[in-house]
Amino acid sequence: MQSASTHSNLPAGQTSLLSRNWTSLLGWGIACAVLAWSWGGAEMNPAALFADGNNMAVFAADFFPPNFHDWRLYLSEMVITVQIAVWGTVMAVILAIPFGIMSSENLVPWWVCQPVRRLMDSFRAINEMVFAMLFVVAVGLGPFAGVMALFIHTTGVLAKLFSEAVEAIDPGPVEGVRATGASSLQEIIYGVIPQVLPLWISYSLYRFESNVRSATVVGMVGAGGIGVILWESMRGFQFAQTCAVMIIIILVVTSLDIASQYIRKRFI
Amino acid sequence: MEPEIQIQGLSKTFAKSKANDKALKNINLSIESGEMVALIGPSGSGKSTLLRHLAGLSCGDADNGEIRVLGQSVQRNGRLSPDVRKIRARIGYIFQQFNLVGRMKVLTNVLTGTLGRVPGWRGCLGLFNAEERALALKCLNRVGMDAKADQRASCLSGGQQQRVAIARTLTQKAEVILADEPIASLDPESARWVMEILADINSEDGRTVVVTLHQVDYAREFCRRAVALKAGEIVYDGPSENLTPALLASIYGTTSFDVDGEPARKRKAPAPNKGFALAPAS
Repeated sequence: MQSASTHSNLPAGQTSLLSRNWTSLLGWGIACAVLAWSWGGAEMNPAALFADGNNMAVFAADFFPPNFHDWRLYLSEMVITVQIAVWGTVMAVILAIPFGIMSSENLVPWWVCQPVRRLMDSFRAINEMVFAMLFVVAVGLGPFAGVMALFIHTTGVLAKLFSEAVEAIDPGPVEGVRATGASSLQEIIYGVIPQVLPLWISYSLYRFESNVRSATVVGMVGAGGIGVILWESMRGFQFAQTCAVMIIIILVVTSLDIASQYIRKRFI
Repeated sequence: MEPEIQIQGLSKTFAKSKANDKALKNINLSIESGEMVALIGPSGSGKSTLLRHLAGLSCGDADNGEIRVLGQSVQRNGRLSPDVRKIRARIGYIFQQFNLVGRMKVLTNVLTGTLGRVPGWRGCLGLFNAEERALALKCLNRVGMDAKADQRASCLSGGQQQRVAIARTLTQKAEVILADEPIASLDPESARWVMEILADINSEDGRTVVVTLHQVDYAREFCRRAVALKAGEIVYDGPSENLTPALLASIYGTTSFDVDGEPARKRKAPAPNKGFALAPAS
């Protein structure tokens, strides 16, 4: 009875707050249904991990001890991998600045924003590996194909992230610059970019880290870097070498993550 | 001779409001060179909206209305003049929230005042010459902020930021200064400082100053002429000393004015809901 009397005392606008429980319950129900539905399609079978447990143990044992005999080659290929990521990211950042601004609703009219956004969607929708395969055909085997693949995909990702930062700015300072008689380009340079720069740097560093990881696999389709060695050693069942390559990748990626975290802290 | 600021038949309807609910209703106003005018009125009366239109930061309704400043058209029939940037460069605008770029240095913020007149490429690259830097520092000196020139604007207090914003309009060499609630976010001491600088720019440099104010006592002290708006219409235009308590009461729609002429708060604290007291702890 207590609760019933409370309901009747609530103003009209607040009764909707009570029904929220039902919508959140419905949300959970839908989430569970999606999980159950996907279980079948993904052929989820955790038992397989244990059923062939012995085989797994034998397979894992082949990886140890790691074989670092060709470590000079691994390291020089890893350096090339990082170099691919550096150029892929830098070119993407340069292009993502104009594209990011052109896909920000608060700066450009919809007839600029929407087409640019769709173009960036298409850059983003195709995985780096697919672009790598295409560029291997276009520019030939080697690291440059990898650079181009990372460049296109990362441009799409960064343009979206950049524009989200631009759409969240405080319009006040932009108006302050506009009121001095500045041009629209100057409004962006003085009013917008100083506000978004810390976020843009942070996003760019994060994409650089991801690109180092991606650059380790584009080699598998012939687009240069350590991926070639990884693929060859796996195909040749040289798991001790595979293990050594993987350890080098882990060490380099981890140290770059730490370095970029340090740089990021200095800018924010 | 044409008045320095001339508004004819300006109306403004915000897109989402009803057609009969206008923010500005057929405003006609002339301001002569060298005047210092206070725009007063209750919140939502349209005084800030009017000021934004003067600087070409907003557009009026398309059916009628023209604004001319310094003999140049700012907007007409709801369209900004193609030369609006040139006229904006001659109008200094001071915002309630200062609108400095927080992550830029104070000096760079002040130097943006020159963007309207330096060549475009130089402005874009931030290549301000020694003369422009010297001018910016001189303007900072005038508002007493030259010691902070190398700091980020976000490090300053509200009053200091507003002084930097004034230095920006001085560097702009603006002939007309529009100040939108310049002291509404400031403590009393900073507020007085800012009003005194504005009055000084008006009397010493002979610049026209239009300032929107909440505090009627400031309007009376610093501005000879006052224009009062109520619900988008001009309801008073005359000497600020003639703003009697009875007149103010009719403008602000309240009867209680204290000695300083400060409009009493209209809003009352909402009455507690009956039958909704905290449940006894049982």
